Amino acid sequence: MATYAEPTGTTAIGVKPRRAPWLKRIAWRILGAIFVLWAAATFVFFVQQLLPGNQATLIMNEQTGNQQSYTAAQLAPTEAKYGLDQPVMTRYWDYIKDLAHGDLGKSYTQHKSVTSIIGEQVGPTLVLTVTALALAWLLALATILFTSRRRKAVSALGSGWEIFSAGLPYYWLGVILLVVFAIELKVFPVQGGTSIEGLVLPALTLAIPLAGFIGQVTRDEFEKVLDQPFVTSARARGMGDLAVRFKHVLRHSVLPAITLSGWALGALISGAVIVETVFARPGIGQMIVGAAEHRDVPLVSGVVMLVAFIYVVANILVDIAYAIVDPRLRG
Amino acid sequence: MSATPQAAGADIGRPGAPGGAPGSARPRVSVPDWVRGIRPGVALAGLVVAFFVVAMIVPSLLTGHDPYAVNLEETLQSPSWSHIMGTDQSGRDLYARIIYGARESLLIGLGATALGMGIAILLGVLAGLGNKWVDGIISRGVEVMFAFPILLLALLFVAVFGPSVTTEIVAVGLGTAPGYARMVRGQVLAVRDSGYVEAARALGHPYGSIVRRHIFPNAMRPLVVVMTLGVGQSIVWASGIAFLGLGVPPPSPEWGALLNAGRNYITQAWWLEVMPGLAIVVFSLSLTTLGRHLQQRLEGGVNR
Repeated sequence: MATYAEPTGTTAIGVKPRRAPWLKRIAWRILGAIFVLWAAATFVFFVQQLLPGNQATLIMNEQTGNQQSYTAAQLAPTEAKYGLDQPVMTRYWDYIKDLAHGDLGKSYTQHKSVTSIIGEQVGPTLVLTVTALALAWLLALATILFTSRRRKAVSALGSGWEIFSAGLPYYWLGVILLVVFAIELKVFPVQGGTSIEGLVLPALTLAIPLAGFIGQVTRDEFEKVLDQPFVTSARARGMGDLAVRFKHVLRHSVLPAITLSGWALGALISGAVIVETVFARPGIGQMIVGAAEHRDVPLVSGVVMLVAFIYVVANILVDIAYAIVDPRLRG
Repeated sequence: MSATPQAAGADIGRPGAPGGAPGSARPRVSVPDWVRGIRPGVALAGLVVAFFVVAMIVPSLLTGHDPYAVNLEETLQSPSWSHIMGTDQSGRDLYARIIYGARESLLIGLGATALGMGIAILLGVLAGLGNKWVDGIISRGVEVMFAFPILLLALLFVAVFGPSVTTEIVAVGLGTAPGYARMVRGQVLAVRDSGYVEAARALGHPYGSIVRRHIFPNAMRPLVVVMTLGVGQSIVWASGIAFLGLGVPPPSPEWGALLNAGRNYITQAWWLEVMPGLAIVVFSLSLTTLGRHLQQRLEGGVNR
């Protein structure tokens, strides 16, 4: 970076401090991520302890479908099964230890481990969120490439659409798409299950608001970059407008939106909860709604921790992606 | 939400927005400048918000129908002149239900925003004014909370505490708090390091009065805008929870509850889902428009 002769004086003005080497930075990030996960797990564990009433009674009532109270002798086996007879700190320690091994606990309502339930349900949700993420980027970039810094009306239409679509709630957008394209026009199935045709509307529902967000963030940057000298010089070399936008400007302006990827994945999974309900599509979303309804605390906590994990990992990947897209950040 | 700290007296010259004053050749009509600066979109948004506020306070003013009156001869009617938004499975007028539902929906949104903002102000001010350790702990804690999407946090709360309106408000409030807290901290830091606070300190004003008279009011001003935007967002989130059947229970005309009730009739009666959703979208979009307008005003920019 510093190709100019560095001043030998005592002041260090203009001399950037040396960046920590690449590997060291990643190591720090991973340590930080472990801290965040530990803190998140601690929060989730102690929220669980706030459960009003007797936990074992709740579990037994949910399992049997009754609403009654039990004697201590009746509760004992359930308490032993879920470790509720242990002191809080022992349980906390076990919880953290199990999490570190990828064990999310036992479901209250299904006689399986949370990890295996999530494993069974995660497929369709993964397909849905990944498709939606790709679709969102595609939509956002197309809107920006073709509408930013164009005629006033076109630009206004582009940015207006971004603001509007970013604010659309998933449940409403999903319902509109469902009514128009599945019920009235009958282009897509009303209940698509996990088929390809059934993927289109749910993925669009998730993608449109996200595209609005990505678009808003990217557009500001895009318009700033369009004024940079290297853009002028590229144009002076005779490069076409679309090529300039695609090859030079885009690469610079996607950075802020990439930073949001960790958040976006979380938002997509949140959205999947609603979208899967609207389209009656199987997956983690539908599963967690049912789990919350039946007070299956370990199952819900398990998904929450999984999402926190995805968020943290995504943020580390974003750091790495940054360095790839922007060579200036490579230390 | 850029931090543009203004001295405590900087808005003395306000209502007269910049550009309006210099003796232009405008005819002197007695329209104040702040009215003239309002664009049609903003005016419309203001009308929409006013409409729903009226609906919240005196719903009977806006509809003649009873939102709870069951009429089994007119079930699932599509929108018509007598029922402009159609009727539900029990023949109740949907428009009346949306109007009467405004109160609960708005109160839930206001409650959640107030809760989130309250927590955020507490944490943000502590972090902004506290020492390195206080700031470090709070900022890390806020970062951790960002790992939980609002809806999933809400589902966790529902699982632990059982579905209820209180759970809904607390979940949305807690879920939105980290974002606000980060903003408050930024504001406090910007104001704390500003010239006029330094001047007050140099003049020997006691710390308490500097915080009370300079830092607090100036750091809080931009939050008015954030709150306006936040109420709309909170309503959207809370309705999402109710849509899943985990919020306000069915007989209520709260907007999310209407959405949940209409889910089973989606193939026969689209209006039961589309109309309450429209109310939510139009209301939150109007609040956003108003919020952005206020933001431009308060940040002292030109109205455009």
